[in-house]
Amino acid sequence: MSLLDHLPVLLVIGPLLCAPLLVLIRIPSVVRWLAQAVVTATAAGAFWLVQTVNEPISYRMGGWTPPVGIEYRVDKVAALVALVVTSVAAIALLIGHKAARDTVIKGRLHLFYAAYLLCLTGLLGMTMTGDAFNVFVFLEISSLSTYALVAMGRRRNAFVAAFNYLVLGTIGGTFVLIGIGLMFQMTGTLNMADLAERLVEARDTRTIHVALAFMLIGLSVKLAVFPLHQWLPNAYAESPSAVSTFLAGSATKVVYFQLMRVIFTLFGASYIFGEARLGTLLVPLSLLAMFLGSAAAVYQSSLKRLLAYSSIAQVGYLTLALALGTEEGLRAGLLHLMAHAVTKAGMFAVVAIIVDRLGTDHIAALQGLSRRMPITAGLLVLGGIGLIGVPGTAGFVSKLALVDAALGAEHVFVAGAILMSSLIAVVYVWRVVEVMYFKTESEGPRLRERPASFVPAGIFLALMLGMGLYSEPAFELARAGASQLFGGMP
Amino acid sequence: MSPFLVSLGLWNYWLVVVLMMVGLYLVIAKGNLVKKLMGLNIFQGAVIMLYVSMGKVSGGTAPIFIESSPGELAEGIVYSNPLPHVLMLTAIVVGVATTAVGLALAVRIREAYGTVEEDDVTRIQRLDELHEIGLSARDALRELGSEGEEE
Amino acid sequence: MNAEFFLLASFLTPLIGALLIWFFGEESRTRELLLAITSLTTLGMVIGLLARVYAGEEVAIVLLDGFLPIAGGSIAFELEPLGIVYATVAAGLFPITSMYAVGYMNGHHETNQRRFFTCFSLAIFAALGIAYAGNLATLFLFYEVLTLSTYPLVTHHQKPESRRAGRVYLGILLSTSVGLFLLGVAWTGHAAQSLEFAQGGILGDAISERELPILVGLFAYGCGKAALMPLHRWLPNAMVAPTPVSALLHAVAVVKAGVFSIVKIFVYVIGIERLAETGASEWLMAVCGFTILASSLIAFSQDNLKARLAYSTISQLAYIVLGAALATPEGVVGSALHIATHAVGKITLFFCAGAIMVGAHKKNISELDGLGKTMPITIAAFFVGALSIIGLPPTGGAWSKWQLALGAADDHAIYVGVLMLSSLLNIGYLIPIPVRAFFFPAKDPHEHSDHHSHDEHHDAASNWRIGEQIREAPMKCVIPLVITAIACIVLFFWSNPIAHLVSPIVGLQR
Repeated sequence: MSLLDHLPVLLVIGPLLCAPLLVLIRIPSVVRWLAQAVVTATAAGAFWLVQTVNEPISYRMGGWTPPVGIEYRVDKVAALVALVVTSVAAIALLIGHKAARDTVIKGRLHLFYAAYLLCLTGLLGMTMTGDAFNVFVFLEISSLSTYALVAMGRRRNAFVAAFNYLVLGTIGGTFVLIGIGLMFQMTGTLNMADLAERLVEARDTRTIHVALAFMLIGLSVKLAVFPLHQWLPNAYAESPSAVSTFLAGSATKVVYFQLMRVIFTLFGASYIFGEARLGTLLVPLSLLAMFLGSAAAVYQSSLKRLLAYSSIAQVGYLTLALALGTEEGLRAGLLHLMAHAVTKAGMFAVVAIIVDRLGTDHIAALQGLSRRMPITAGLLVLGGIGLIGVPGTAGFVSKLALVDAALGAEHVFVAGAILMSSLIAVVYVWRVVEVMYFKTESEGPRLRERPASFVPAGIFLALMLGMGLYSEPAFELARAGASQLFGGMP
Repeated sequence: MSPFLVSLGLWNYWLVVVLMMVGLYLVIAKGNLVKKLMGLNIFQGAVIMLYVSMGKVSGGTAPIFIESSPGELAEGIVYSNPLPHVLMLTAIVVGVATTAVGLALAVRIREAYGTVEEDDVTRIQRLDELHEIGLSARDALRELGSEGEEE
Repeated sequence: MNAEFFLLASFLTPLIGALLIWFFGEESRTRELLLAITSLTTLGMVIGLLARVYAGEEVAIVLLDGFLPIAGGSIAFELEPLGIVYATVAAGLFPITSMYAVGYMNGHHETNQRRFFTCFSLAIFAALGIAYAGNLATLFLFYEVLTLSTYPLVTHHQKPESRRAGRVYLGILLSTSVGLFLLGVAWTGHAAQSLEFAQGGILGDAISERELPILVGLFAYGCGKAALMPLHRWLPNAMVAPTPVSALLHAVAVVKAGVFSIVKIFVYVIGIERLAETGASEWLMAVCGFTILASSLIAFSQDNLKARLAYSTISQLAYIVLGAALATPEGVVGSALHIATHAVGKITLFFCAGAIMVGAHKKNISELDGLGKTMPITIAAFFVGALSIIGLPPTGGAWSKWQLALGAADDHAIYVGVLMLSSLLNIGYLIPIPVRAFFFPAKDPHEHSDHHSHDEHHDAASNWRIGEQIREAPMKCVIPLVITAIACIVLFFWSNPIAHLVSPIVGLQR
């Protein structure tokens, strides 16, 4: 085996080993660049993986054969999610240094980077592994480091937000654990591929029904599916800018992927949406999330909270795509996963600039921003346009795919609802635009904008535009991934 | 046997369910953050019990190979399933880590707010918010007071 | 140089111009020079393109393949007769409006002119993108670009009332396009597995007779820029913008983009034969008829000159949609002609309204008495423009109305009646304006004495004076309106080339 054959596990182990190293080194400048280098390297690895994976790669941990040994299984979708996560992490880390230096206690900056890398480890591990219990372990690794990261926010509210997130997150994680346990009890295996085969016989028992319910609810908490979303707005709003950028583009996406695997790989769409009739529950919940999340976003007074509520609405789109239960739906879901990751991460990256210069993310404080910081304001508008889903942005492509999938599944009403709810996005985006662009009596002086600070936001938003104007590669990836996932595991 | 009696026979699950509910109740009902964490611990403990009892095979012995003669395994011996126990080692570590992070956060909350009661913390947060939009401390207090009366 | 070059050049020039104005246009001289170069180059390129197309060259460019993964999902341009008519109108009026805008903005001492002219150029860029769009995806893309690039123009003054108008503007245009138009696009793509434009439509019978009226509705109301009632509110609201914007919005870029999209979709996506067969647009004709009459009646009640013109625009737009909805070859040709003639006529009227505001500081029709003595050129031009809107010879409007009536005559004779009735209403609300100005004695000047002294001082600087009595608006405002007034008359004699150009797409032989 060449080194490249070990890539799936190297991606996970790289940041894992680097994290304690950072704690030992402690010198801020070294720590910063080492972390950046490692994260960028994983992103490059993930990119290579996406290019090469066609048939699922099975990597045997320590050479043990599955189902006894632990298997890492990387298919097209896993590689895709890994790419999204690592690239968001790499770009968001560019903001990290500045944001962290302002909020983290002096002399402990290395801990921020260590937690960041551990979080990435957890997310990547969850994506790569083919073992159900491993999913739980990595879920907790990423969650625990996220709690720590959230608590590093600039205000004291951050502690409370982190604590609440910890309580809910742990309950969610434990629910997943219960689900895995009950499935293990019935089938005697933890390997996902093996589990999928054995579940065919066992799935009509009461125990497996309960297991499925626990799994779905546990993952829904972590994904912030309406009405289990309570933790998300505070966690996003109070965490340091780099962390909210990172989380917005990655954490929920990975959990979403797990949900996909439970539905399509373990049980199969025909069972979940046929016999278990999950669609009748998930479609209304998704629609509610879309409308109520957007509506709540309209009434927020802080920019980060506005974006957080908008994320809840976007999770609604994601779950709706799944709930359609078709391959087209799955494809739209994957597309929206990519589109939303770059758009929302881009917007949080812009907010990071604003928080850095103004010291607050209150919408009222943005008065006259178009004259005080014209480029920043412009970028924020661009991101907002992407959020609305104006053609030429990534959001448009994914929303169109979603509408197409809804029409294909004979849900004309749902198709209309998708578009209607994106109109609410116009309202909350334009509320911000009006504050920034219209004249007011009290206006601060013009602030200097550093070109370097635009780099992260610029990359995200450029990706967003690129995907919007040239959607073919993203679409091809989503198509390939969806057909692989929808077909179930061999 | 009636289904009720059968379910009574699964007493280990009943224990788990009761523990789990006790844990969840504490998390939801208690305002004290440390008590919440204790509830969380009980909740996680219940799940550990679930796994451990799952590995038990009735009549089974500890999963250590018994040799009838040197180099030869004894036949006909039932072993318990060791895998759940091993898994729970990890889960316990996770639980400890969670508790540690949670307690650390509780300490920081206590430092920042001077209390670990959730109600008080929320009240102070609301005060912060009013303060931020420019209300003076006294106005903010009055605002909070009138809210309290409504409640 | 082939047609491809002209197409790309004419399309990119306003974009490059907009960027140059943004980066180097801080100083007014440079800005105006850049604007002049941009607009004239654009016009030159479009004329070059027109010549190539007349010579029989076909143009199709795929700018970016893979915009959307569906047949016809690329960003592609393809020139067809309807598009070239719209492009010529937009590009032809671009330099004239630019010149007028410079005169107006300076005369009114407007601020933020750099942003204004940047967005102005961008709007033309988007309009040309719509005109050249080779498929539904591209059309939708530039439709939205146009909405967003004109928002800063509508809210130019950044006052509370412009914020409110901006909300209505954006609210209606964006929500109709995202909520209805996009749904129509998605449905079309889903049913036909293509977003290509093709002669005779791409849908075939992929959508049943029962559902087709719904799709027609999605497109007709989805193109909210066409201002069909009851989604017309944005248009009068957008009047808070400076007058050149109103001219641009109501005559050239925005409203025409809406009706042009509708006509194009009816012809190239649904297919007029299918429309006529199924009668899916019967209800739309009724809505158009209602809009034509109702907005004409509302126009009567408006004393504010710009508001009256706005309602007149709503009614005229409904003519164009009606032409498409009739689904007869003559109707479509009439629509295409009306896009051109109404553009020229209405822009003349708006130019005059703006000139009156700059030159005499009057907004309301009741104040115009006797103005013909001081501003004879403006009022005369207004008269010509009004004739064109009414549809009387010797102006171009006569032919387009004639064609529309022909289109209706066969099966839907009632709409001939609607057209005639509305012409009468047009006479009723437009002709009194020049009549008042020329023949009514001026009101007692003492009423406005305070204002007047201010004017005297102001006029000395910017107004164009000929002799003792005549005090026209600045020359940069007057020249454009004279040009467009002449164009109204020229179109009367030259309408045939347009009809000739458009006829083949609907199977008419000339």
